[in-house]
Amino acid sequence: MEILVASSVGILTAGGVYLILRLRTFPVILGLALLSYAVNVFLFSSGRLAIDQSPILSKYGETAYTDPLPQALVLTAIVISFGMTAVLVMIGLGAYLEAGDDRINTADTDADRVEDGQA
Amino acid sequence: MSDGGHFLFLIALLPFIGALVPGLMIRAGRTACATFTAVPTALALVMLLILAPDVMQGEVIEAEVSWLPQLGLSVSFFLDGLGLLFAGMILGVGLLITLYARFYLSGDDPMGQFYTYLLLFQGAMLGIVISDNILLLLIFWELTSLSSFLLIGYWKHLPEGRQGARMALTVTGAGGLAMIGGMLILGNIVGSYNLTDILQAGDEIRASEWYLPALILILLGAFTKSAQFPFHFWLPHAMAAPTPVSAYLHSATMVKAGVFLMARMWPVLSGTDAWFYIVATIGLITMVLGAVIALFKDDLKALLAFSTVSHLGFLTMLLGFGTQAAAVAAVFHIINHLTFKAALFMTAGIVDHETHTRDIKRLGGLRHLMPVTFLVGTIAALSMAGMPLFNGFLSKEMMLEEASHTDWLNNPLVVPILATIGSLFSAAYSYRFIVHVFLGPKRNDYPHTPHDPPFGMWAAPALLVTMVIVIGVAPFLAEGLVTAAASAVTGADLHPHLKIWHGVTPALWMSVIAIGGGAVLLAMHAPLDRAWIRAPRPEAKVIFDRLVGAIVAMTRGLTELTHTGAISRYLAIFTVASVALGWIAFSGSGLSAPTRGLLPIPPVVAVGWVMLIVATALVVVMHHHRFRALVLIGIIGLSVSAGFVYLSAPDLALTQISVETVTIMLLLLALHFLPKVTPKESPLGLKLRDGLIAVTAGGGVGALAYAFLMRDIETISEFHLSNSYEGGGGTNVVNVILVDFRGYDTYGEIIVLGIAGLVIYALMHALLDGPAARRLRNADYSQDRSRDRHPLMMVVVTRVLMPIAVVVGIYIFLRGHNQPGGGFVAGLVVAIALLMQYMASGFAWTQERKKIEYHTLIGLGVVIAGLTGAGAWLAGQPFLTSAFTYVHLPPIEEFELATAMLFDLGVFLTVLGAVMLMLYSLSRIARFAGETVNVDPMDYDPGEHADDDKAGL
Repeated sequence: MEILVASSVGILTAGGVYLILRLRTFPVILGLALLSYAVNVFLFSSGRLAIDQSPILSKYGETAYTDPLPQALVLTAIVISFGMTAVLVMIGLGAYLEAGDDRINTADTDADRVEDGQA
Repeated sequence: MSDGGHFLFLIALLPFIGALVPGLMIRAGRTACATFTAVPTALALVMLLILAPDVMQGEVIEAEVSWLPQLGLSVSFFLDGLGLLFAGMILGVGLLITLYARFYLSGDDPMGQFYTYLLLFQGAMLGIVISDNILLLLIFWELTSLSSFLLIGYWKHLPEGRQGARMALTVTGAGGLAMIGGMLILGNIVGSYNLTDILQAGDEIRASEWYLPALILILLGAFTKSAQFPFHFWLPHAMAAPTPVSAYLHSATMVKAGVFLMARMWPVLSGTDAWFYIVATIGLITMVLGAVIALFKDDLKALLAFSTVSHLGFLTMLLGFGTQAAAVAAVFHIINHLTFKAALFMTAGIVDHETHTRDIKRLGGLRHLMPVTFLVGTIAALSMAGMPLFNGFLSKEMMLEEASHTDWLNNPLVVPILATIGSLFSAAYSYRFIVHVFLGPKRNDYPHTPHDPPFGMWAAPALLVTMVIVIGVAPFLAEGLVTAAASAVTGADLHPHLKIWHGVTPALWMSVIAIGGGAVLLAMHAPLDRAWIRAPRPEAKVIFDRLVGAIVAMTRGLTELTHTGAISRYLAIFTVASVALGWIAFSGSGLSAPTRGLLPIPPVVAVGWVMLIVATALVVVMHHHRFRALVLIGIIGLSVSAGFVYLSAPDLALTQISVETVTIMLLLLALHFLPKVTPKESPLGLKLRDGLIAVTAGGGVGALAYAFLMRDIETISEFHLSNSYEGGGGTNVVNVILVDFRGYDTYGEIIVLGIAGLVIYALMHALLDGPAARRLRNADYSQDRSRDRHPLMMVVVTRVLMPIAVVVGIYIFLRGHNQPGGGFVAGLVVAIALLMQYMASGFAWTQERKKIEYHTLIGLGVVIAGLTGAGAWLAGQPFLTSAFTYVHLPPIEEFELATAMLFDLGVFLTVLGAVMLMLYSLSRIARFAGETVNVDPMDYDPGEHADDDKAGL
């Protein structure tokens, strides 16, 4: 199980990083969404994995519970990352509507001018 | 706190409160404005006078309110002899300046602003001299720099004013920064930031190895503020300020702040060789240099500015001598310099005001036209020259006396000779002020024919020169104040006697040489002046401008090098740097052996994992097709939620799945306006580079996750688990952590979410006012529009679902404290229910039925959460402490009521409001883009006649 979680985090991160390095706003936003998953799962897993040990206190005797603190932190992180995504989408949308193009790099940088020219 | 302490607080506060008055009173006219400006100053002065007798007896009045005791921060003031002297000067001259400025400023100048700045400055300056806490003192110190910036640049239309203001701010601000460092070192050595404690710890400080760095840093602050060589150049440029400002800041108060600080720190820092050689030498150089330059300045105010530089050097040198007699002389000269220099500045202002020029070469013979001004100016200038029977003579004699027996590197002659030369030039430029301005023949080419100004304008300088004469003739009148202040400076019980005649001493001969030589020098002024103009000399402003220019060019170069506008490049650099740093941190220490075993992998979970991996890979490969990529993102989100369910995190699963829904909706809405396809434009090299970075980063993070998943750690969760029920009253520990243990965090987070919602709303409005609006109107989105936008089935189903969804939301909310759920999830669920209405029945239909604005929901949520937290104060508990009880109402089972639920209600409302506001804003854009708005719930209503062709829209 640990291998699956760790590899998921790794692959989500890799996909996210690749997408945020793209040159248009929409893939960058998708990349950030992937990175949010990766970070949330990463933080969550820092409480170590446990099965059938939800942190809901049981009235019936002693049972083991998983670490609730990372869960609480991740819960707010999920909601906040939604807020962040929404703001980014709005900024990206605004930039596209104002500038008529959704490139994320300003045009006068030499490296990207070459790249754009080759496209 | 004693009554005196209360007065002290009031004195410190009055100018700041008063600063609000002039802006209001200016509508009532200029005289009313000036009068009301004088009121707070006068009140503060009266209170100071009430305190004065006790302070003169040697009592120290203290007032303290502790603020952050852990950091050594407290609002504490104290008033001793030195503070009394300076506070009296600040308030007394402040009153005179208020009067003078009333007549000086022309009708075009915004007088309300002027008086507001003036009072702000006055408050800051008062703060410096009565602060007991050095951190507080530093704040006031910086405030004087800021408020003087406003005052120097008061005439915003003059480039000299703006440049002078910037230069003054740069130099004194930089010095202030250095001083912060020095003060922190002092506080560190002593272990307290209270001046009264620091003043007791002189031996400890001088013995510390940090003494020299602290000394140099503090002196940098004092020297820049008091315009000591080589930082003297800003003061003459600050003369672009209106003359009342020059008279107040640049003669009487602000430039003396450095001198004040050296006097304040005298018991702690003085008495070492380092102190003597740095302070006395710099003072001596400044005194001589300032006096020499002053003689050759043709601008009246520049002459006075360099003379002020020279006199500040004089004071610095005296404090640098480190003897008690020199300290007495310094304190006495502070008073004397104040009286004659402020009067001289005001005189210069009157001359400027009346003749419209300050160029000495264009003046002369004014005694016939302005007899009163002539009298006032002459008395003040003679005092500055050090003529007997005026107060300047007395303190200059004391200075020369001290200089005459000071050895510098075992040489007994250097200091006395240079001090005499300084006095000689000082006498010369003072004579020049009289002779070249007032004496000589009357001219007929003044730019404006002068006459004496109204009484209000010459009253203030006249009062000051009266003091010049009174102290000069009867110095014992000032003895009390000088004794109190000098005792406070030195920390010793002093009883100086101020006398006119000290007998025939070396100092008397030095005085005679200075007074006589000055006259000779003035007689030779014309040829000397020609030589001076021809001689090459460094121009401080040019050097300063070049220096600033070089720094600006350097930082600009650096910025342009790193900040190219290519966000992809920043992100790449950021990722590579993070991976590299992680690698470095990781490679430092080896890994211990794993302490946990692997959990088994059931087949269903393996399938979920494969889905997640495949979907992620497909997103990367197919991201050019944006809709498909969104669908894949949805799959990833669902897989992650399922993972949370399996791994004992029901709350996370609930949240993830509802957030997933709204995120996809949001992205779909946005995609409506964006290109549907990402062009394939990255060259292969870039793709390979990014792929390499991505794989490295992913591999690193994955390995890190695997490494810690295999090892146990100590956690604090045991505390949460065992206290959740007894302390927080809930069995869902995650929810209890959110609303109770870490309620403060949650409170901050809902505020952030609310702000995000408002930001989006504001962005939407900004967009719809700009060029984006035109683009939207002209765009053609008709090809993505469905023929039947509001299908009957969907309308009916969502209507039926609405109450069910709301009940589910309420249920999830209510059970949240004990079972998975809570405000966050409930907010999202209800938001989705509402969004379905928008989607199914249309914008207008839903909007019409909306009874409460989403902004209001956000506000209500934050306020409810905040008030719940604040309610704990009523019970004498810290913010956000929760309380709960169990209630039993007969037909229902026993249930719990907790304040935490009220807090959760705030969370619920904020989340609901923010999510709705975000999506609502995007839909507003859609409406703007020519999207037709339906009035009826369905585009095609089967209840109507078939020939109705609304469906054709």
